[in-house]
Amino acid sequence: MAEELDKVDVVVVGTGWAGGIVSAELAKAGKNVVALEKGEEKIRSDYIGVKDELRFDNRYDIMQNLKGDTVTSRNEIDETAMPIRSPQTMQIGIDTGGASVHWAGATYRYWPYEFEMRTQTIDRYGEEKIPDEMNLQDWGITYEEMEPYYEMWEDTAGIGGEQDPLAPERNKPWPNPPMKETPSLKLFKDAASNLGLHPYQLAAGNMTENYENPDGEQLNACMYCSYCTRHGCDFDAKSDPIATVVKTAKRHDNFELRHKANARRVLYDEDENRATGVLYVDENSGEEFEQPADVVVLAAFAFSNNRLLMLSDIGEQYDPETEEGTLGRNFNGQYNHAFHGATGFFENEKFNLYMGAGALGATLSDYAADNFDHSDLDFIGGGAIELRQYGFAAISSSNNVPEGTPGWGKEYKDTSLHYAYRTLTIWYTANAMSYSHNYVDLDPNYSDQYGDPLLRVTYKFGDNERNIAQFGIERCTEIMEEMGADIVEPGSVPDEFNHSYTGGHYTGGVVMGDDPETSVVNSYLQMWDVDNLFVVGGSAFPQHGGHHPTPTIGALAYRAAEGIQMYMDEVEGQLVQANSRRRSV
Amino acid sequence: MAEHDNKGKEKVFSRRDFLKTSGVAAGGIVGGAMFGGVVGSLYQSDEGTQTAETETDTEGASSEGEVLDDARTYFSRGEDFETLSAATEKIYPEDDNGPGAIELGVPYFIDRQCSHFWGRNSREYMMGPFDYTAAETHGIQSKMTRAETLLFGVRRMLEISREEHDDDFANLDEDTQINILESFESGDVDITGVRSEDFFALLRNMTIQGVYADPVYGGNRDYGGWRMIEFPGPRMGWGNDIESEDFQVIDPEGLRTYQGGGM
Ligand SMILES: Cc1cc2nc3c(=O)[nH]c(=O)nc-3n(C[C@H](O)[C@H](O)[C@H](O)COP(=O)(O)OP(=O)(O)OC[C@H]3O[C@@H](n4cnc5c(N)ncnc54)[C@H](O)[C@@H]3O)c2cc1C
Ligand code: SF4
Repeated sequence: MAEELDKVDVVVVGTGWAGGIVSAELAKAGKNVVALEKGEEKIRSDYIGVKDELRFDNRYDIMQNLKGDTVTSRNEIDETAMPIRSPQTMQIGIDTGGASVHWAGATYRYWPYEFEMRTQTIDRYGEEKIPDEMNLQDWGITYEEMEPYYEMWEDTAGIGGEQDPLAPERNKPWPNPPMKETPSLKLFKDAASNLGLHPYQLAAGNMTENYENPDGEQLNACMYCSYCTRHGCDFDAKSDPIATVVKTAKRHDNFELRHKANARRVLYDEDENRATGVLYVDENSGEEFEQPADVVVLAAFAFSNNRLLMLSDIGEQYDPETEEGTLGRNFNGQYNHAFHGATGFFENEKFNLYMGAGALGATLSDYAADNFDHSDLDFIGGGAIELRQYGFAAISSSNNVPEGTPGWGKEYKDTSLHYAYRTLTIWYTANAMSYSHNYVDLDPNYSDQYGDPLLRVTYKFGDNERNIAQFGIERCTEIMEEMGADIVEPGSVPDEFNHSYTGGHYTGGVVMGDDPETSVVNSYLQMWDVDNLFVVGGSAFPQHGGHHPTPTIGALAYRAAEGIQMYMDEVEGQLVQANSRRRSV
Repeated sequence: MAEHDNKGKEKVFSRRDFLKTSGVAAGGIVGGAMFGGVVGSLYQSDEGTQTAETETDTEGASSEGEVLDDARTYFSRGEDFETLSAATEKIYPEDDNGPGAIELGVPYFIDRQCSHFWGRNSREYMMGPFDYTAAETHGIQSKMTRAETLLFGVRRMLEISREEHDDDFANLDEDTQINILESFESGDVDITGVRSEDFFALLRNMTIQGVYADPVYGGNRDYGGWRMIEFPGPRMGWGNDIESEDFQVIDPEGLRTYQGGGM
C-alpha cells in the first residue's frame, strides 16, 4: 500500500523548463510546492570536466534509460506498433532539469500567424486551402497576449540575440547581445543577402556576457566549448533549469524537490471532478507514496503528460475512427520531415568547425510562417533556414563525405579526412501539422516495468509535410549554391515518418484552445474538465510551429504559473470563463 | 505586466551568499576557475599550446612501452578476436594518412565496449515480444544484445571464411575479406536473431567510434585518430579563436588532461 504523505498546496511533476518555471513562480509566491523528478539529482559538478563525445553523443548518457519504459510507434491505425528500444532513436530528457539541460539553446518566438493559423489561413487563402484531414486550430491565445510571457522567459534564460528584421518589433531588446560571427556564418549571411533575403544572428541560450537574471541567478559568458547540445554545460553558461528556475525554487523553504520520484498516476476524485494528488514510486527503494495536493501540475514532457492522464483515466481518449474525444488528439512534432536542406562541400575553405556552441548560428525568416505568399504553393506554414555551428567532435566530423563515397574502407578514410571541416549543412525548420489520423493512446501489447501500458504514437505525414520539406530543400539549395560550395547536395524528402525520436520536438495530445470540443486545456493550460489540474509543456501545442519549441514552452509555463496563482487566490473554477475569453459553441 | 514586476521583488536570498558558493569571480571566468586549482594551472597559458603533452603519452604503458590494458575481457576465443581485428582494419585501414584500426587499438576498444552498458544493452527497452525484422523501420528490435550481435556476427564471418575459402578470415587476401564484409553489409547473410546489415552497421560504427573516441576508451591510441582528422579534443573553450579565418591545427589533448591528469 502506498504511504500517504502530508498534503501540500501544489505538486509538480517534472523539473525541465516547464516544471521548473511553475515551481519557481509558485515557490516565490509562498505556496508549499513539491516537485517530483523521475531521474537523479544532477548538479553543475556532474557536467564539469566530462566533455566526451562518445559518452554523450553516441551513448546518450544524459538521456532517459529506456529499460523501464519507452514509447511504441506505428504509421497506420491498423498496424501493430513496435517499441522504440534504443536511445539511438528515442531521446527523452531525464534527471534534474530534463531535456532542458541538454538542449542546444536555439531561440525563436512563434509568429502571430502561427497562434491563429486556422483563422488567418482562411482569411487569406480561403477554407479550401486546409486539407480535410488536417486539424488546423488556433491556440486560443494571440501573439500579443503571449508576448509578455515570452519576455519573462527570455529574461530568466538570458537569451542573447538581435532583432529579426522580419519579425514584429520587440518591446525591448534581447537581454544579451548576439553571439560571435564566425567565417561560416558570415558566408551564409552574405550569400543570403545577395539573394535579397534577410539573415540575422540566431538568438541563443548560450550566454554572450556574464548575466544576472531577474531572480538574481548568475550566468557566465559562454566559452564556445562545443560540447553543448546533448551535454550539460560546465560553466553555468547555457541557460538551463539547474542554473536558473530550479535554483530559484530551491532558495525557498516552502519548496521541496524529490528525485527518483516516478509519478505513476494522478489521483482523481471522479465525483468531485478534482485531482487530489499524485501517486509515485521512489525508484531507489521501490516504495510507493501518495502526495496529496490542492493543485496538480503535470510538466513531464509531452509523452508523460499524455500517458499520465490516460493511465489515470482523466479526460476523454481520442478515437481516430469516430474522431471523438480530445485527449491524445493532435499529437504532432518536428519529425524527419523537418531539418532538411542542402549540404555543401568546399574545396578551398576549411572551417574551424570543431569550435562552436549549441545555438551559435545564422538564420532567416523570409520563408517562415506566412511571411511569403502561399497562394500557389501546395502547403501552408514555413520555417527558418539556419546554419548552425554546434562545434562538432571527431566521430561526428568523420561523417562528412559527399554522396557516393563508400561508408568504410580506403576511399572512405581518405575522403572523410579531406572533408571533415569543409562541409556545411543548412536546413529548414519546417512547421508540422496535426491530422485526424495522428494521435497517442495506450499500447495494447507493450508495458513498462510495473506492467502499465506504454504510450503508443500513431503518426504519418500529410502532403503538407512532404511538400514543405521539398520547398525547404529548394530554398536551401539556392543559398548553398550562392555560398559557393563546390559540391552542392540537396537533401531528399522522406517518404514517411521513420519512428526516430531524436530531436526532442514532440508535441500535442493535450492541446490548448478556446473550444473544449477540440482542446483539453484552456489558454492557462488548465484542464477544461478538472479545474485544479494544469498540464504544462509542448503537449499543449495544437500544431508545431515552424521553429524550435522551447521558448514557447517556457512562455506558456509562465502563463500557467500565473493562472495557477489566480486559481488558488482569486478565481474559482475555470480561469478562462472568468476572463470571459471567447468560447466557440 | 503586473506579474512581471513582481518577479524582481521576490529575492529572499542573499546574493553575496550565492557568489560565495558559486566559485565565480565577479569579472567572469578566467581559465580554469570552475575547476579549482589542478586543471586551472594546466590551462592558464594559451589554450592552444601543449603544456601537458609530455606526461600524457606514456600513461597506461609499462616501461617497455607495452600497453598493459591490451587484453581481451569479452571475446574469449582468440580466433573470434582475430576475425574482429582483421575486419576493423578493412573498415579503417592503415594508409598514407596514418594508422589503421588495429594500430589505434580499435579491437580492444570494441572488446571493452562489449562489457560496457552499451554492449549489454542495459539502457535499452528489452521486453518482448521481439521481431528483429522490424529493424527495417523501427531501429534496433533484436532480442540479442550488441555484444552478442558482434560475437555471433564475427563467428558467422569466420564460418563463411572456412566453409567457402578454407581459411580463417584473418588469413584471407584483402579482396576476399572485403567481399565477405560487403555480403554482410548488403544483408545477404543469415545470422540467427539479427539481420546481417544490422550487424555490419554496428561493426562499422563501433570501429569508427574506436578510431575517434577519447583514448580513455582504449582506441584512438596516442591520439592517432584525432591527429589524422585534426581534432584537438576537449578544451575549456574556443572563444578567442572562433572568429579566426584560418583553420587551426592544434595538438590533441584528451579527457585525462582536461580533468587535470588523474589523482
Ligand atoms: C538534443 C536536443 C537539442 C535540443 N535543442 C533545442 C533548441 O536548440 N531549441 C529549442 O527550442 N528546443 C530544443 N530542444 C527541445 C527542448 O529540449 C525541449 O523542448 C524542452 O527541454 C522541453 O522542456 P519540458 O520542461 O517540457 O521537458 P523536459 O525538460 O524534458 O522535462 C521533463 C521532466 O519530466 C520528468 N518526468 C517525465 N516523466 C515523469 C514521471 N512520470 N514522473 C516524474 N518525472 C517525470 C523528466 O525526467 C524530465 O526531467 C532540444 C532537444 C534535444 C533532445
Ligand atoms: S558552448 Fe557555451 S553554453 Fe554550451 S556547454 Fe560550452 S560553454 Fe556552455
